[in-house]
Parts: sequence; structure tokens; C-alpha cells
Amino acid sequence: MRVEFRLSGSGGQGLLLAGIVLAEAAILEGKNAVQTQSYGPEARGGSSKAEVVVSDEDIDYPKATDPDYLLALTSESYKTYGKLMGAGLVILDSSVTLDPEIKARTVSLPILKTAAEDIGKKVVANIVALGVLGGISGAATAQSLEAAVKNRVPKGTEELNLKALRAGLDLAKTAMPQVDWTMKRSKNER
Amino acid sequence: MSDILRYFRQDMLPHIWCPGCGHGTVTGALVRAIDKLGLSKNKVCIVSGIGCSSRAVGYLDFDTVHTTHGRAIAFATGIKLARPELTVIVMTGDGDCAAIGGNHFIHAARRNIGITTIVMNNNIYGMTSGQYSPMTPKGMYGTTAPYGNVERSFDLCELAKASGATYVGRATSYHVPLLIDLIHSALQNKGFSVVEAISQCPTYMGRKNKIGGAVEMLEWIKDGTVNVKAAAALGSEKTKGKILIGELHNAPESEYTADYDELIDRVQRKYDKFQGGLYGCASNSD
Amino acid sequence: MAKTVKLMQGNEACTIGALAAGLEFYAGYPITPSTEIAELCAEELPKVGGKFIQMEDEIGSIAACIGASLTGKKAMTATSGPGFSLMQESIGYASLCEVPVVIIDVQRMGPSTGMPTSLAQGDVMQARWGTHGDHPVIALAPGNVRECFDLTIRAFDLAETYRVPVIVLSDETIGHMREKVVLPDPSEIRSVRRAAPSSPAGYKPYAAEEDGGVPLMAPFGEGYRWHVTGLFHNEAGRPTNSGEVADKLLRRLSRKIEKNADELADYAAESLEDCEIAVVSFGSSAMSGLSAVRRARKEGVKAGMLRLKTIWPFPEKAVAELAKRATRVIVPEMNLGQIALEVERVVAGACPVQRLGKVNGELFRPEEVYAAIMSAARGDDAAGAGRAAGEAR
Repeated sequence: MRVEFRLSGSGGQGLLLAGIVLAEAAILEGKNAVQTQSYGPEARGGSSKAEVVVSDEDIDYPKATDPDYLLALTSESYKTYGKLMGAGLVILDSSVTLDPEIKARTVSLPILKTAAEDIGKKVVANIVALGVLGGISGAATAQSLEAAVKNRVPKGTEELNLKALRAGLDLAKTAMPQVDWTMKRSKNER
Repeated sequence: MSDILRYFRQDMLPHIWCPGCGHGTVTGALVRAIDKLGLSKNKVCIVSGIGCSSRAVGYLDFDTVHTTHGRAIAFATGIKLARPELTVIVMTGDGDCAAIGGNHFIHAARRNIGITTIVMNNNIYGMTSGQYSPMTPKGMYGTTAPYGNVERSFDLCELAKASGATYVGRATSYHVPLLIDLIHSALQNKGFSVVEAISQCPTYMGRKNKIGGAVEMLEWIKDGTVNVKAAAALGSEKTKGKILIGELHNAPESEYTADYDELIDRVQRKYDKFQGGLYGCASNSD
Repeated sequence: MAKTVKLMQGNEACTIGALAAGLEFYAGYPITPSTEIAELCAEELPKVGGKFIQMEDEIGSIAACIGASLTGKKAMTATSGPGFSLMQESIGYASLCEVPVVIIDVQRMGPSTGMPTSLAQGDVMQARWGTHGDHPVIALAPGNVRECFDLTIRAFDLAETYRVPVIVLSDETIGHMREKVVLPDPSEIRSVRRAAPSSPAGYKPYAAEEDGGVPLMAPFGEGYRWHVTGLFHNEAGRPTNSGEVADKLLRRLSRKIEKNADELADYAAESLEDCEIAVVSFGSSAMSGLSAVRRARKEGVKAGMLRLKTIWPFPEKAVAELAKRATRVIVPEMNLGQIALEVERVVAGACPVQRLGKVNGELFRPEEVYAAIMSAARGDDAAGAGRAAGEAR
């Protein structure tokens, strides 16, 4: 089965790294994975988008065509990519106000706040988001995600990032009733 | 003479230079300096660009490269970095070095890479028949400066010094023993060395500017220059407007390819388990 | 033999492939989207005793690579469109002087500065004819990350075998994409080194044994004392103004690639046996094409895919063969029809060739190619099919 992720936000939030770790975690489980990105000229700020496709089969086309999951950490990315969502789930940072024009099923989670307040480092929001994506999608187990985080984050920051990952996985657990509900709703609406 | 001829590819002679050209004198000075140092012909590599000056390498019996216009120093950089044990020499002209190749010149000087660059400066583009170059003095004539050159010219030695060259000298095709001495010293400097060799072009520079033939041009060169040591004694009044010749800068510093080899040692000591770890390297390079 | 499974980026795979092929020298200038190659070379080359230098521009970069290659080292540079343009003069120098060198061009939107971070495949013709005068060149186009590894190794092998510059035409999507790759054990990789003479006695650097032959190449610093010049030269390497000598040299240079075109041709075929609607593509566009072909097959349309891994010399036989069976050839590419020109030349009217060009910097969605296939299957004329696929935007 092919599962598509789109991770969006602003440049410098580390979403590219989150995408890489997600793809690597899937590979550690023997699945296929492809990660692509698009970016503007800004190293910091501007919009940033990373995509990950995970599949048990061959992946011929590397980009997300109809994402199963959209992560949006900024209002701008939510508005841009939320509108393109079909049956997939939007995972939105709770700092972003819901837009009634975006009809896709959506869960709001305090990703940025968890990083800033619970972990105490804003920069690990990407890894919190990774935990959320991994937990909700089940595309990779907690064990694989941990191994991939250790492989890919800068030396000396492993513990901090693992803490962020676990916080993200916990957030995913708390979100599951809401996710299940939105899925039911979307099925009913179809 | 016979000793010197062994540095030439005699099947390539006669050369293409005009009667009275100074480039043969400069080329002769180079091989005499090489001979004086006793360098092995097999361990010297000479690189040139495009222009009259750059034809010199074809006549010399070493590993030689006649490259693209302005790029001799860049080609030489690759050779020197790949094989630091070779003596690498660049033979270039004022157009090749100071115009189209100016960027490579200043960056090679900045790196202090072990290349000796001999700039045959005849103040004009000879190969294309007499256009003004960045070394043509203001007010002088060329086919593209029919009303006199309105541009200022470079002081190439000052440029080399400011860019970081660690040995800089200037001589002329008139002051041959000095030229040999300077090249001899330049070749012994471990870093980037520049020897500007002012040379006469009777065919274009001489004719266009009504200086005369080779003899008159050599006199013009002699009268227009003053040795840096003599200049100190003569004072600024008597040397005004004259070009300084002699050793202008000699300040050795660590050489780039030697520094790079040191870097390799340092890195290899740190990663001594690298053997077989080819695929290890891409892990954390995001 | 241990295989290695990794999540790897295309640009990384090019670099690792180069190292596996025995890369010893890299000179380059930073340019998006190729820069990861320079960064990784800077990090890895010293570990194996190799040399990395960041030159003052791309002109200097290719020049330094050629210089290093003359000393016998395996040399490479990487760049993108604007830098590739700056390298053209010296690429011609390497062709005429027969100096092996590998150039990785990670294509981006052009002309000019264009859209530096966006995808294009517009350097196809520049790779072939970017430098002036007739000259031999080989260009390879990886279609996935593993092929970035494989084709970079092949690029070195071909450069060393034929003494030519070899261009790896990657692109922004392939270069930046990360995917799962399974790499062979390094001990299984057999890389080629140029044939060298055994003694300086009577060495003629440009004497080939046969028409289209490749002369032996001596490294600098070993007593051969040979002359390399961008002027036309005779077998001894001496400059010449003889039209006869120049004619003979230029024909030999072209022949050395032409006569080996079959061996050089490399491509991947999918469902071509009974194919009626053929898609011919390369690089990242081929990923969209393949997805579309597979979907069309599921719908019962006899679609097939020829993905070119060798771009130059153009794999004429494979394309001509295809045109015998196909009722339509569709050529999706991220430019306005550069490979299509070659396909049209080779198909020579045997069936319609439909150009499917795209120049907005975004990889074809599979639906775009799929729509063209389905339109062709319905028998729409090629122009109409083009419009249906949104080509004329």
C-alpha cells in the first residue's frame, strides 16, 4: 500500500529532516520510501515542503499526488496545501486558526507548543511533528523512528531529539480518538 | 648554448615569433634558470594560455600544456594540487594573465599555491595584431586604441603582492641576467611566485607607437625602468614615471598544496578506520 | 558480499559512485542544485588521500580537473546550467586533447539564472553541442538514485576508456530526492583506468592503432614530456595548420564514439514487446511516464516505456525499433522538446511523435502523461492529444 505524506511549514523549521527521518524509519522496516522536497531561495523563512512516499511495493512516482497526511505548521502552508487535500488527514499545529473553506478532515495538535514548553527547545518541533506523523499513520514503529532519529540528528543532540520524538508519539496517542472520529465522519460524508 | 638547447624540442623550431620579439629572450632566461637549479626535465611541467607568449611551451622539452585563453593558472592549479612534487610553471602574456585570466591570477596568489608565473608583458595583444591590453600605458596606441588608450593600466606586480603572492619580481628582455636571477629565486619560493618580464613587440607595439624596431624598443625599455635598489638611492624625483625592476617582494608563507597534504594527514588520522567504509559517508550529510 | 541498504540522495549517490570508481580529484564552484556533491567531496576525498578544491569559478573548475587528469588522476566536477555554460570552452578542449573528465550537471530551470531551485531538463542539447565545433561527447541520464551511483561509475569508466569528457545529466528532482538504495559491495565494483604506454621511447600521444581508436595516455611527471594543445595536432601532439591532419583527427575523434554507439547505448524498457503507445523519456520525467504507462496497462491500453540512460550518443537503434511497432511515440520532458527532436529524427515519420514539454519547474504529474497516452489510444491526432495533456500552456 502506498502512503503519501506532505510536510509543510516555513524554511528553517526542519521539516526536510523530519521527512528524511520518516523515510529512513520506513526503510529500516524493509519498506520502500522516497523523500522529495521543494523550496525557495530562503534558508530561513519562506515556504518549505517535504514529501515522503512509503510503500510495500515499487515506488515509480516519487511525489505525493493525493496526500494521505498533510502536516501544516504555519497558516500559510495550511491555506496553500489544505485546499489541495482530498480524503487525506490534515495535521495542523494548534496555533493555526481553522479555515472553514478547507473541507479536509483535520486534527489540531499543539506541536510547536510542546516543543517550546514541554521540551524547552523550539527547534525540535520538527521531531515532535515526526512523532505525531509516525504515531498517527503507523508508517513506522516507535522503535524504527528512534533508530532513524539517532542516525540522522546531529551528534550530541540525540537525547533531546528522542525526548521530542516521544512527546510527539504521546501527542499522537491523545489525538487518536479525534482522528478516529474524523475518519468516521469523513466515511459517513462520502 | 648546447647545454640550453637540450631543453628545447628542436623538431618544433623555428618558432613562430617575429624577428626582434622579446619572448625568445624570456624563454631562454627560464631554461637557464631551470638549468642553474639542475631540475629534472621529467619533473617540470609548463603550462600556458593563448597568445604569442603562450606558444613558448610548445618549444620546451617538458610535460607541457597549451591551454585555453586565460586559464593557464587554473589548469596549473589542478596539476600542482594533483602532483605537488612537480615544479609547475606558467608562461603567460599581459592579455592572457591580466585581462581574461585576471581572476585565476589573483586567486592563485591568494591561495599561495606553488606555481611560478612568468608574465611576458609586451603591453599589447600581439597574436591578434596589436589591440591594447590592460598593460598598455595610458595614451599609447593600439589598433583598438586608434586615438590613444584612455584606460589606466595595471601594475601587475602590485596586484600580485596585494593578492598574496609570496615572491614578486620584475625584469625585462633587456636585463637578462637579472631576469634569470629572479626566475631562479622565484622557482625556489615554495608558494605563488610572479615574475613580470617586460618584453618588446616591435611588430605592433613598436610600430603603432613609433618607438622603432627591436633595438630602439630595448632602449625604450632600458630608459623606462630603474632597479629598485638604485631607486632607493636616487630618490623619487629622479625615478618619477619609471618602472621598478628587481626583486619587489619576498615574504615566504606556507604553501597551499603542502597545507592540503597536512589536512589529509590530519583527516586520515582522525578517520583511520575509513577503509571499507565507503558507504558510511553519506549518513549524516544532510 | 555485503550489500548496503541506505536512504540516499541522488547527489550523494553520484558522489559515492565517483568515490567507488576511484575519484581522486574534485574541483568545483558552488551552485544549486548540485552543491551537495561538492560538500560531500570536500568531506570525503581527504579521507582517501584525494584532493578537493573550491575554485574561483566554473571555468577554473573544469580547467583544474583537466590539469589533474593529465597527471593520471580521476577527476570530476559538478555544476548546474549556468556553470555548465561557463565550462563549455574547456569541455571542447578536453574533447580535442582527449583528456578524461567527468562533469555532473544537475539541471535546473533556465536559461540564465532562471529558477535555481526548480526542475528542468533543458541542457540536453547543451550537453551535445555546448562547445563549438564537431566533437565527441558522452552523456548519461540517471532515472533514480541507484542509477546516480551506477551511471557515475560508468561515466568514469567511459571517460577513461575513450578519453572523452563524460557528462552525467542529472536534474533537480533526481539530485535532491532520497530513496532506498541497495548498493553492491565495494569489492564488486571494477573500475577502469586509461590505458597507458609502457615506455617513453617513441611515445606518440595521439597515435591510434585503428580508425576511431583511442591513443595511449601517459601521466605527467613520468618522463614522457609530451605536449598537450588545443590547436589541431598531429600524432606526436605537435600543432598543425594542415587541413588534412585536422580532418583525420576530427574524424577519428567522432568515430571513436560512433563506432561504439551500440555498446554505449543504455536504456530501460518496460512493456515494449507488444506496445502500441510508446513513451520515450529520461531522468525525472521518466518516473512520471512509468507511473502513467503502468496505469494505462491496467486500463488495457498497450502502452510501453523506453527510458534512455544514455542520451549521447543517442540510442538510435532502440528508438527506431520501437517506431516499427508503435502507433504513437510520446516524449515527456522538462523542456520544450529537445529529446523529441532526436526521436523525430530517428522515427523519421514511421509514426507520429508527440512532444510533451513542460517548463514550469514542477515534475509532470502522472495524470498528465496518462492523459496523453489515453488520448493517443483513442486515436486523437497528436496535436489534439497534446492539448488534452495540457502541453500548450
